[in-house]
Amino acid sequence: MSLAKRIIPCLDVDNGRVVKGVKFVDIRDAGDPVEIARRYDREGADEITFLDITATHDDRDTIVHVVEQVASEVFIPLTVGGGIRKLDDIRRMLNAGADKVGINSAAVFNPEFVQQAAEKFGSQCIVVAIDAKKVSGDGEPPRWEIFTHGGRKPTGINAVEWAIKMQNFGAGEILLTSMDRDGTKSGFDLPLTRAISEAVNIPVIASGGVGNLDHLADGIIDGKADAVLAASIFHFAEYSIEQAKRHLQARGIEVRL
Amino acid sequence: MSSVVVIDYGMGNLHSIAKALQHADSGVEVRISADPQVIAQADRVVFPGVGAMRDCMQALHDTGLAEVIQQVAVSKPLLGICLGMQALLTDSEEGGKTACLNLFPGHVRRFADNLTDANGQRLKIPHMGWNQVQQLNHPLWRGIPQNSRFYFVHSYYAVPDKAEHTIATSEYPYPFTCAIARDNVFAVQFHPEKSQSVGLQLLQNFLSWDGSC
Repeated sequence: MSLAKRIIPCLDVDNGRVVKGVKFVDIRDAGDPVEIARRYDREGADEITFLDITATHDDRDTIVHVVEQVASEVFIPLTVGGGIRKLDDIRRMLNAGADKVGINSAAVFNPEFVQQAAEKFGSQCIVVAIDAKKVSGDGEPPRWEIFTHGGRKPTGINAVEWAIKMQNFGAGEILLTSMDRDGTKSGFDLPLTRAISEAVNIPVIASGGVGNLDHLADGIIDGKADAVLAASIFHFAEYSIEQAKRHLQARGIEVRL
Repeated sequence: MSSVVVIDYGMGNLHSIAKALQHADSGVEVRISADPQVIAQADRVVFPGVGAMRDCMQALHDTGLAEVIQQVAVSKPLLGICLGMQALLTDSEEGGKTACLNLFPGHVRRFADNLTDANGQRLKIPHMGWNQVQQLNHPLWRGIPQNSRFYFVHSYYAVPDKAEHTIATSEYPYPFTCAIARDNVFAVQFHPEKSQSVGLQLLQNFLSWDGSC
């Protein structure tokens, strides 16, 4: 009898099509985002996240149409990330039917943007996405840094301190991606997830590295995450959301079934 | 054709709720409006809201909609959602102490920091996600199984003075009131528009509700 841990499938959308995660060399078309979102909803997804990886600004309208379509028939929380840089970008996504937006690099380049966004639209719809990479060597106390540009550019910002700052700036939730693990299917970076989750008082979504259902459970039990996000294991129907939930339940985690 | 109006007072995103109402009953005319006349003419009224209570009350007074809601509350089915539920109480401790609409005597309080669950894991604020709802007898729960999970996102919760106003509770980690009702007014802390089939069922029930208990 308590709050369920959430499973959030993520759709990487490029020009209106779902593609396999950005870090995969071989980008494989996984289908129509609206159809996939419908399937996830039927299977019991707790929320759905769209990550717009469309390269050019002109093609960004595509994601707005996708969100509009999904929002008119799928009644669970929808988050949209990717290319959110101005208050107007947020307004456009919310008007299309999104419930939350993910702010990533714009937060790094201009932290006050998070503050303005939370003041304008409320913390409940501001998810700050943090891409972190381990920078400490073996034997040193663990330290993670924020990276931008898909994990290529270091910023020198300590990830744990950054998460606290983003909470204080009004973030309602943190989407934490380990850039070391993203695309590897070797599981979440659990020490990182735990360090961030224990440092902040807002919910933390673990992301990056899920290859099997035990990884999801580990993120919650050992990583102390409030929600887990995965992309590729669900797209190609390797596992259904329902299967994932049954697995978490078997490991003693409360889920919505 | 019956009509429902979603009150627009500049607090948050009303598209989700309008879309969900339309989906729950395609035969109902759904409008989003700030016009007191449109609201007065509607058969049913939804009072949503996200954001901070002080801004919410300020906006309600600035637009004159506070008075309109008082009138609706004594005349036709009214559904409050999230901040729209909290605003029906006497006051909220959010933003110092904010006076609210006082349709239900009671207060709105913040979840305490550093609460833990049965496994010793820290409970985050906001209370965000799908939690179970223990319903008490009311026609709007028709067709919704006891202990169904609804989607919540909030840091404050209502504490009505009168026990009979509580029509459902949830736990985080202690029981708190997550739905209140009296006469033709029903209000919920969770988001029925984001709670998949059980949420749509609740909206459908509201759209056919005549306001009696």
